[in-house]
Amino acid sequence: MILDVRLVPGAFDPAGELAAFAARVPAAGGVVSFLGKVRADSGVEALEIRHYEPMTLPGFAALAQTAARRWALEGLLLLHRVGEMGPDAPIVLVAAAARHRRDAFAATDFVMDHLKSESWLWKRERTAQGWRWIEPRAQDHADRARWT
Amino acid sequence: MDRGARLVFLGRLEDLAGMAELAVPTGPLEQVLAGLDRELAVALLDDRVRLALNGRLLAESGGIMLGAGDELAFLPPVSGG
Repeated sequence: MILDVRLVPGAFDPAGELAAFAARVPAAGGVVSFLGKVRADSGVEALEIRHYEPMTLPGFAALAQTAARRWALEGLLLLHRVGEMGPDAPIVLVAAAARHRRDAFAATDFVMDHLKSESWLWKRERTAQGWRWIEPRAQDHADRARWT
Repeated sequence: MDRGARLVFLGRLEDLAGMAELAVPTGPLEQVLAGLDRELAVALLDDRVRLALNGRLLAESGGIMLGAGDELAFLPPVSGG
């Protein structure tokens, strides 16, 4: 069982990371992935994500372990950018590898829903009007409630 | 050795404070906050701001005593991953 959980301070290559992860899970019959990126059509010039070292990564690791206990996985990859990034930049890559695809789909969906609502991350975005902090969305909490 | 404590400001609180962290004397939190800029102190005491002492989330914010080397983080509502 491979749990690869990282905060990434600079740009990363999702395709390369995914290929490397898939190569580490020989018993898996499928790998499901989700890539979140900065929208490029909304007037956002930059996105900054701040984290808190003692809590953010341990929180991600605990989430990965919860998913690994709940589904029959061969591996789980969770990469999240921190720092400042531009339009189209990859923000988050989650991938689950399993012998059978349904476990991989469900685990990926579960991890994303929990990431969106309970990560120790603070985001702000810059538009022509300047920097603005992003508030929590009610939809993110509703998405997480699907799993309880 | 006489070491103080440290306050850490996350998200918008960092902007409001104008710094990511602040060295403070040890003692009751109320006493430490009383020494801060009033607008910042009010923001730190907002109901939606969670507190973490040395990386562990606190269930409530009353009666906190800062000891030598303690790090108290102020965590405003998260934006989501």
